[in-house]
Amino acid sequence: MTGIEQFLADKGIYFLTFFLLSLGIYGIITCKNYMKKLIGMNIMQVSAIIFFLSLGQKKGATIPVLLEGLTNSDAYNNPLTHALMLTAIVVSLGTTGVGLALLTRIKEKFGSVEEEEIIRRQDKL
Amino acid sequence: MMNIFAIELRPLYAILVPFIAAGLVYVLGEHINRNAREAITIVAAILMIIIVYSMLPHVLAGEEIKIRLFSIVRGISFSIGVDPAGMLFACVASTLWLPTSIYSIGYMRGNNEKNQTGYYAAFAVCLTATMGICFATNLVTFFMFFEILTVATYPLVTHHRDDEGKKSGRKYLAYTLISGQIFFAGMVVVYVVSGSLDFVPGGYITEKMLPEPWALLVFFMLVGAGIVKAGVMPLHSWLPAAMVAPTPVSALLHAVAVVKAGAFCTLRVVLYIFGPTLAKSCHGANILAGMAVATILISSLIAMNKDNLKERLAFSTIGQLSYIILGICILTPLSTAGALYHIVAHAFMKITLFMVAGAIYVTTHKKNISEMLGIGKRMPVTMGAFACTSFALAGFPVFAGFVSKANIIMGAISQGKIFFAATLVASALLAIVYLMPVVSISFRKNNIHPEFAEKGEAAPAMLIPLIFTALIAIILGIAPNAGLHLFDLALMAGNSIFQPLM
Amino acid sequence: MQHFPALVVILPLCGAALSLALTKIHIHLGRNVIFLSLAASFCMSIMQLRNVVLNGPMEYRFGGYALPYSIEFRIDAVGGVVVSMVALMGLITAFYCISGEVRTDKIKVGGAYSVVALFVAGMLGTASSADAFNMYVFLEITALAAYCLIALGGNRGMIAAFRYLLVGTIAATFYLMGVGILYAVTGTLNLQDMSVIIHQGGKDEAVLVALCLLIAGLGVKSALFPFHGWQPSAHTHEERGSAALIAGVMVKIPVFMLFRYIYFVFGMDYKYMKQVLIILGVFVGIGMMYGSIRAMGQTNMKKLLAYSSITQTSYFMLGIVIGAPVALAGSLLHFIGDAFIKGGLFYCAGAIKYKFGTININNFGMIYKKMPVTATLIVSGALSMIGIPPTVGFFSKWYIAIGAIQTGKYIFLVLLIISSLLNAVYFFKLIEKVFMENDKEMEDIRPVKKGELPWSMLIPMTICIAVIFLLGFFNVPLINIVLPLFEGVGL
Repeated sequence: MTGIEQFLADKGIYFLTFFLLSLGIYGIITCKNYMKKLIGMNIMQVSAIIFFLSLGQKKGATIPVLLEGLTNSDAYNNPLTHALMLTAIVVSLGTTGVGLALLTRIKEKFGSVEEEEIIRRQDKL
Repeated sequence: MMNIFAIELRPLYAILVPFIAAGLVYVLGEHINRNAREAITIVAAILMIIIVYSMLPHVLAGEEIKIRLFSIVRGISFSIGVDPAGMLFACVASTLWLPTSIYSIGYMRGNNEKNQTGYYAAFAVCLTATMGICFATNLVTFFMFFEILTVATYPLVTHHRDDEGKKSGRKYLAYTLISGQIFFAGMVVVYVVSGSLDFVPGGYITEKMLPEPWALLVFFMLVGAGIVKAGVMPLHSWLPAAMVAPTPVSALLHAVAVVKAGAFCTLRVVLYIFGPTLAKSCHGANILAGMAVATILISSLIAMNKDNLKERLAFSTIGQLSYIILGICILTPLSTAGALYHIVAHAFMKITLFMVAGAIYVTTHKKNISEMLGIGKRMPVTMGAFACTSFALAGFPVFAGFVSKANIIMGAISQGKIFFAATLVASALLAIVYLMPVVSISFRKNNIHPEFAEKGEAAPAMLIPLIFTALIAIILGIAPNAGLHLFDLALMAGNSIFQPLM
Repeated sequence: MQHFPALVVILPLCGAALSLALTKIHIHLGRNVIFLSLAASFCMSIMQLRNVVLNGPMEYRFGGYALPYSIEFRIDAVGGVVVSMVALMGLITAFYCISGEVRTDKIKVGGAYSVVALFVAGMLGTASSADAFNMYVFLEITALAAYCLIALGGNRGMIAAFRYLLVGTIAATFYLMGVGILYAVTGTLNLQDMSVIIHQGGKDEAVLVALCLLIAGLGVKSALFPFHGWQPSAHTHEERGSAALIAGVMVKIPVFMLFRYIYFVFGMDYKYMKQVLIILGVFVGIGMMYGSIRAMGQTNMKKLLAYSSITQTSYFMLGIVIGAPVALAGSLLHFIGDAFIKGGLFYCAGAIKYKFGTININNFGMIYKKMPVTATLIVSGALSMIGIPPTVGFFSKWYIAIGAIQTGKYIFLVLLIISSLLNAVYFFKLIEKVFMENDKEMEDIRPVKKGELPWSMLIPMTICIAVIFLLGFFNVPLINIVLPLFEGVGL
């Protein structure tokens, strides 16, 4: 393995996580469209999920389903992080759902999900 | 099962009676009848006098009355009790609540004031707080009532609900709340270094607990709240501003309860927390005495220039309160007794003067001295009372002011502080200078203001209380121990503080 | 009794699930079920607290698995007190919401109560849980319910809710990342277990990153300075009934979590704790001033209270930063007391809005004549904020100040006093408006009803007044309950 491959294998996943997290937050801050903000939020949540999942991985291990004769715990990936992230995905789904519901209502009331448009109409309402 | 008339519980009753009265006035006053709230106030005042006086023989006999009710903060209980100094102040405050209440009825009705229910309720809460201040036996309990007094006086200062009232109210709060919070910080420091906040005659803080520069800082953090309320210069300017309140408030609160609570606070801190030894060695007492001397002289000079009668009296109050502070700071038994007795004497004198000012205002709507030419012809009894108490305030023998001042001067001389003695004498002369013109203007024979040609005294509800207090001011001068043995109480307090040192 | 820790949380959760369906049968059936579940939850939380005080901490393991594999609810004295407070506030707030019902629409009524119950269940769960990830889930349940409640506050409420949703999710993600790092380092999610492994040392730097992420995430959620940006607009526009719960209780729960992490997981002997506390101390010091100063300029009563919340959160953090056991106990007292003070003041704002349709304090006038109970609550709340005895605010400051002197952190005593005085400035401004200002444009929009306010509003407000004074007079039992626990962890 070359140096760069070694580095990516060891630390790359963290950089990916960090990149996604930053990307998500950047999107939330800079996008003027509320829908895009919501998408940014989703990207950010995915980064946390990837981070957790990467913690459970082991080199050369298989999925955590019991195989005949394979009782060594090192042979299986850690199932706990998957279980946790299942919950986290549900939470993220809930958040996105509430966000979308809010956006629907905002669109109904203000006729737009563009921030500038909303601010303009907010003063009129 | 404790006897409900037990002596230990009586101070508690003295605190609760005005509090319950305040609640009743607030709840019933608007809905039933305006006479109800006045009746409640007067009944409560009488009850309070009975309760307070009933404890007097026990205190004079040297019994210790103290009760711990429950823990108010961890390590410190909510405890109330009676000692000679507190008893003295309680006697004054309770005795004067009755005449002031009667006077209030005349004043408030005669002036058609608004919000009378709130007025009577707040007044009663102030008395609750004052009783609490008298009977508190540790600093936390004391501070609790001290702050209640601050807050409860605020609606009275802003009673008229106008811009001037609001402005004065803000000024009043700014002074008292800031000093109160600093007091709080000082109290916490004292608790952490000493582990106790109980009042001990002669103090309990040693130089070991609070080394040199810190002792002075904490001393002024604690005393600050007291001298703000007592109007020691340069922290006095709330007091003249607070004179926008109705006159009975000025009379009882700004001549007796609030300002004396400040002086009392100083007494408790200097002599019951720090003690004479530390107060002297950290120079706190000396600096404070210097401030008091300056206040006495400057306030008298300012008072001369004030044309508004209430303002002149306010500055006179500032000066007189500093006598008490000075008496405490001289740190001798005699001067302390004199200072305590001055709480009594000044209370009766100044309340009379304020009542006269209020009576003049209600009857003739005059506020300024220059407009009172020949008013003595119209209101001879009122102005007679004013003249008598003016002499008393200046410290003429036979009047109450003489006894206290003589004691303070004797204390000062025994310490070799001739300068303080001289100040007191000089200020007596100054008092004549600013009070006598009022008397001479009002009794002028020629050049009488046409309104005053006919005789017309104030309403009896105002006249009777002020005659009563003026008479007491004279009686206390002739026989300091008459009736309640108040002078003995003052001496007991002074001796108890300095006993451990001798 | 051993199932109480779980039942306290599950009952409101079930109520929330059932409410909407039951509302189809009768408009008030769902609501009544919610009341019943919240009341039962409150009673059980009190019994549970009593049990904890007598017999020591209660542990509840879901599914009966052994530690550290099971999800654990752990109620110690501190947690028990907080759970009881949340349950009581939840109950009286649900009661207060009666006045805001939209009587025409069954779904709206049932749905709104569902969300309130869900909200309370989430906070109860967060306070009870002893599992880092479980806390995250409950925190998000709370947050989701809060977004809905804020969105119920009208057009501006929806915008505020959406913005809060974005910020809240960023915060939650930070928290999750922090938990992830802790899990990677310790291999456990149970707080006690985690604490043991962190105390063994090693990997202190990774743990530090986790701690910073936790502080950032929970700081945003609790609007701790400098993470407070979302809070004023969200508090201003939220739905009237639940405002007290959101402003009074919700923002406190993350601080409580942070407190548990700092003292019960990381501990004072953690290598970088001193530096972290110093940085937090700077935040707290500035936050105390900032909140008060911003509050002075506000004319909207809710916005004023929202800025004042930043100060109050800082007071609670102040105890954490000082770290002496007494100061911790004092800040817990403030934590409990402020829920009722701030909650009560938001009730007042809601009541004034209900009666007059405005909460611009410049329009207030002579409210004390028209609404004596409201005025009393405003005064007692304001006095407590300033720290005038015998209200609870004085006593919490007393303990915090003692802690500050004991540990030699005099600067915090000075800040505490300055901040109290700044509080006095705007609260007396409010009192002046309530008592002295002449009436401007205050038209009674509900003049037909007899009396000051409906009973459903008066009872919660009276309870708040009572708690403000009772907790002040009888603070010592509470302090005695929690102090032994703090003596083990404090400086």
